Amino acid sequence: MTESSGTPLLPPTRAEYCVIACAEAWRDAGEVLASPMGLIPSVGARLARLTFAPDLLLTDGEAMVVRPDGTTEGWLPYRQHLTLVTGGRRHVMMGASQIDRYGNQNISCIGDWERPKRQLLGVRGAPVNTLNNPTSYWVPRHSRRVFVEKVDMVCGVGYDHAAGARFHRIPRVVSDLGVFDFATPDHAMRLASLHPGVTLDQVREATAFDLVVPDVVPSTREPTAAELRLIREVIDPANTRTREVGA
Amino acid sequence: MSDKTMTADEAVARLHSGMTLGIGGWGSRRKPMALVRALLRTDITDLTVVSYGGPDVGMLAAAGRIRTLVAPFATLDSIPLEPNFRAARERGAFELTEVDEAMFMWGLHAAANRLPFLPVRAGIGSDVMRVNPGLRTVTSPYDDGETFVAMPALRLDAALVHVNRADRLGNGQYLGPDPYFDDLFCEAADAAYVSCERVVDTAELTKDAAPQSLLLKRHTVTGVVEAPNGAHFTSCAPDYGRDEAFQKTYATTPWPEFAARFLGGDEQAYQSVVREGEGS
Repeated sequence: MTESSGTPLLPPTRAEYCVIACAEAWRDAGEVLASPMGLIPSVGARLARLTFAPDLLLTDGEAMVVRPDGTTEGWLPYRQHLTLVTGGRRHVMMGASQIDRYGNQNISCIGDWERPKRQLLGVRGAPVNTLNNPTSYWVPRHSRRVFVEKVDMVCGVGYDHAAGARFHRIPRVVSDLGVFDFATPDHAMRLASLHPGVTLDQVREATAFDLVVPDVVPSTREPTAAELRLIREVIDPANTRTREVGA
Repeated sequence: MSDKTMTADEAVARLHSGMTLGIGGWGSRRKPMALVRALLRTDITDLTVVSYGGPDVGMLAAAGRIRTLVAPFATLDSIPLEPNFRAARERGAFELTEVDEAMFMWGLHAAANRLPFLPVRAGIGSDVMRVNPGLRTVTSPYDDGETFVAMPALRLDAALVHVNRADRLGNGQYLGPDPYFDDLFCEAADAAYVSCERVVDTAELTKDAAPQSLLLKRHTVTGVVEAPNGAHFTSCAPDYGRDEAFQKTYATTPWPEFAARFLGGDEQAYQSVVREGEGS
């Protein structure tokens, strides 16, 4: 891989594999709003928009729908945003303080809800998101404290709680170690790919429940040279991505 | 037509303990902080606070004024976790009715439309149902037969909101990017008190701004309070952004110390301490 000037590109970092894995969540999404929460999902959404998912809509984090260069192309105040959620034309990537094998997610509190050990954000929009539009998750530090057997408070609805929910779908979970999905008969979480440099043992060690692991585990795909240049020079020249996932 | 202007202290004098109080804005954005500060100068307590929570919730919780909080979250946006809300919740200082953002909105819509509830595709399957055992569901009477949460109306005794401009009659205008849900809060309330950056003549409202910016209708507004910098330290675009440095001070100073340093006097005293802080 070389730049047009001929300078060799440095190999992809872990953070950049994470960007690719997040961006891939929006492949073939069509003309929908990409709602990334977190730095790396934001870089990923803009990368997808600039490359293989040009129809995506992006916001400025508040009420404006913007092109990747910041030009305003629409207005989306919270009340319209919530209607867009229930209309389903959105794929959100939320964070997760806890997530379990069926994709139940918790961002509300740790411990007993009646008297939490640690109060976090609250349920926010996780209940409405998960019943209405595709909801993926991003976990910058994969650990047994996050990938738990059972979440303390179900905010985002997992497959075992979603019986009969017409529009429920969790396309993927991306962590700093790999990509996970629910493409199993009972929708238990499956390892979909490992980021290059990560071993299966590392993932098992950092996960408090038994993951479904296919016989052959693929690697998260390599970024193209053009994608790396976009990430490094156009979308995230300030390198915010390494604040979430270090080298 | 009646002149509804009053001071912040006159507005909160109309509130009393035990009320259900809606507070507009969102997170740390366009919160009616001057009215909240005025409320903190009274003895009013035992409140049910209904809010997309920010420092309004944090301060009232820290001061022990909240009996029940109805909210989907509390956050300072640039500082994700509201420290005083967290601390109060972890010591069991108030009861929480934790609902989803959309459920909350439809609860306001139901109240504004004088409906007992509205169906919402949200909540089912989540622990919102477990922690709110009073929530009921409703099944579609049509062929689809889907079951929804019947989100009860969030009817308010009073609402507090902050906008950029208002006239003396209670027509309120926002000039920033997002109306949030301030009009719904006013429509859902028996009485609404609107603070604003500047009270202007009615004709001035649409002199340089589109009529769509006239968010609050005077028939839903009880009192108008001129409160320059009244959303401080939350944002009030385009008049000013969030005071991030002050917000950090708020988030990192123990509540008794913060209250003693900034909330011991009236609004004028608060604003001058804030200004001095900026100068030093």
